[in-house]
Amino acid sequence: MIKLENITKIYKSGEVETLALSGINLEIKEGEFVAIMGPSGSGKSTLMHIIGCLDKATSGRYFLAGQDISSFSDDQLADIRKNKIGFIFQAFNLLPRVRVIEQVELPLVYAGIKLEERREKAINALKISAFPDNFWYHYPNQLSGGMQQRVAIARSLVNDPLIILADEPTGNLDTKTGEIVLDTFQRLNFNFRKTIVLVTHEEYVGKHAERIVLMRDGQIIDDFKVKNRLIINHDHSD
Amino acid sequence: MKFYDLLKEAFKSIISNKLRSGLTILGIVIGITAIIAMLSIGEGAKRQLAQSVENLGSNQLNVLPGFIQPGRGIVSAGRGTAQSLKMRDVDVIKKIEGVKAVSPEVSRRFQIVSSSGKNTNVLVIGVTPEYLLVRNSKVEKGYFFKENDLNRFAVLGPTVAEDLFGEEDPIGKTIRINKINFKVIGVLEAKGSVGFVNADEVVLVPLLVMQKILTGSEYLSLIAVQAESSELVDKVKDDITNALLKEHKVSSENQDFSVIAAQQFLNTFNSLINTMTIFLASIAAISLLVGGIGIMNMMLTSVTERIKEIGLRKAIGAKKKEILAQFLIESIVLTLIGGIIGIFLGSLLSIAVSKFANITSDVSLFSIILSITFSSLVGIIFGYLPAKRAAELNPIDALRYE
Repeated sequence: MIKLENITKIYKSGEVETLALSGINLEIKEGEFVAIMGPSGSGKSTLMHIIGCLDKATSGRYFLAGQDISSFSDDQLADIRKNKIGFIFQAFNLLPRVRVIEQVELPLVYAGIKLEERREKAINALKISAFPDNFWYHYPNQLSGGMQQRVAIARSLVNDPLIILADEPTGNLDTKTGEIVLDTFQRLNFNFRKTIVLVTHEEYVGKHAERIVLMRDGQIIDDFKVKNRLIINHDHSD
Repeated sequence: MKFYDLLKEAFKSIISNKLRSGLTILGIVIGITAIIAMLSIGEGAKRQLAQSVENLGSNQLNVLPGFIQPGRGIVSAGRGTAQSLKMRDVDVIKKIEGVKAVSPEVSRRFQIVSSSGKNTNVLVIGVTPEYLLVRNSKVEKGYFFKENDLNRFAVLGPTVAEDLFGEEDPIGKTIRINKINFKVIGVLEAKGSVGFVNADEVVLVPLLVMQKILTGSEYLSLIAVQAESSELVDKVKDDITNALLKEHKVSSENQDFSVIAAQQFLNTFNSLINTMTIFLASIAAISLLVGGIGIMNMMLTSVTERIKEIGLRKAIGAKKKEILAQFLIESIVLTLIGGIIGIFLGSLLSIAVSKFANITSDVSLFSIILSITFSSLVGIIFGYLPAKRAAELNPIDALRYE
C-alpha cells in the first residue's frame, strides 16, 4: 500500500538548511493500524505530510498503491488527496458556519459528485463514525470537541480513502472523549479494514495501534508490533 | 468542483459578513449609479436633439448672414449683426435645381400687447406663405397670409395665443406689436421646440410688413431652404454657396454668409454631447476604481481570515484553480450585485432628473451592458490578486496558520 524508499526532506530557510528526514524506509500494508511516534522535532509530522501528499520529499521514492508519485505535479497530488487520503487534524479543522452534513460532503463537492449522492454518502460516513443523527444539521460551534472530531472522521471517510491519516487526533481532547475517538479508529480498522496512520507523541495513544514506528532526529529508530495492545471495545475484534 | 457549488460558496461567504460585504458593494453601487446616470442623460440629450432636427426636417438648410463654421464658431462677422442677405438672394436660391421651397425670414423680439391689456415679449418673424411648407408647420385655426401680403395681419403660435387670449378665440382680435395694431387672422398648430426656437412661442407677420413697418430694413435674418430630398442636401448646399458667392461678388475667403444643413447641426452637437458624456462618465468611472480598491481590500482581508480554511480545502483535494475560482467568483458576485443595484439606482436617478430638471434621459441597453461588463471586470481585476494569493498558499503552512 505505502512504500517509502530512502526519503529525505530538507527545509531551506535562507542559507540555513534543516534536515527534517534522512533516509526513511517504511512500508505500510493495507489494513494496518500504525502509530508514528516520537518527540517533537523528530520529523513525524513531516513524514505524515509526505505520506499524505501535502508535501514533496527532497529525494527518495514514494509508492502509493503501486504508483510512483514522487514526481507528481501539485494538481496530481491534489487528486491523490481527494480520492485516496482522508485527513484528521488535532484542531479538527472544521469550517465555521457550515452545517455538519455539508462539512462531511465537502470532499465530494471537490470530486464533482451530485448533491443527492453526496448527501447519501455523507449520511453513511456519519453513521460509520457513530455521530448521532439528531446533530447532523448543527453547526460546529454547537458541538463538543469529541463530537467535532467525529465529524472530521466522517469527513475523512466520505470519499472511501485508501488511508486515513490522523495528526494528534486526541491532542485537543480529554482522556474520555479521546478514547471514543480511538475506539472509532479501532472499529474502522477492525470492521472496515481501513488503513490508519496515526501520529502522536503520547505512548498511551500509540498503544491503541497494532504497530509503532518510533522516530528521532529525522530517522526511524524502532519499528515494532505493540505488545499488550489497548483495545477499547472488545466486541469489534471478534 | 461544479460552478453551482462555487456560486453557493461565494454567496455563503458574502452573507456571512453582511456589513463588510454591504459597505464594499456600496463602493461599486456609487460608481455604477453615476455612470448609468451620466450616460442616460447624455443619451437623452442626443435623442432630444435628433428629435428637434427631425421636426426641422432632415432635408432642410439654413442660409445665415455672417460666416459660421460648425464646430469652429463664428469666424467672421457675428451672426446677429451681419447684414448680407436680401430678397435678391432668395430669387437666386429659388432657381437652383433641387430646391423645393425657400422661406425668407426676418425675426426680432418685440413687446406685444393684446386688446385686453395682457402683454408678452416674443419673437416676431416676418415670413412668406412658404414658411409653412419649409418649417413643416400648419395653421390650426383661421388662415395664413398670401404672397406679398401688405396687410397688418398676424398669425400666433399656440403658446402666444394662450398667453394673450386664454380661452378666448383670438381670431379677428387686435394685438399691438411695437405699438402698431395687427389683426390676428390665424393660430398655428402646436409643434413644440424646433431646433433652438420654440415654434409655439412666435408671432408671424407678412415679410414685407415686417421689413417696412417693424424693422425698417431690407435685410433678412435667415433664409430657410427645403431641398427636394435629403440625398440632395449636400449638392444643394454647394450650389447655394457658389451661387451666393457669385451674387455677392466675393471670394470664398471673404464669404459673408453661411449655409448650414440641419443634419450638420445634429452632428456638431452630437459630438459635443458625446465629449461631455465621456468626460462625465470618466469621472464616474474613477469612483468605480475606488470601489474596486475596496473590493481588493476586502478580499485580501477575507483570504487572510480564511487561511486555515484554504489549507483544509487543499488537504481534502482542492486544486489551485479551484481555490482561485472560489475567491474570484466571490469578488465578481460582489461587484455584479453592486452593478445591478447601481443600474437600478442610476436609472431611478436619471428618471428623477428628467422629471424634475426637464432634461430628457434615456437608459440605453448599451449603458446597461457596459455597466455589467465594467463591474464584472472590476471584480476580476481587483479580485485576482487576493484569489491568486489564496491559491498559491502552501497547504501545510495554511493548515498550521494561527
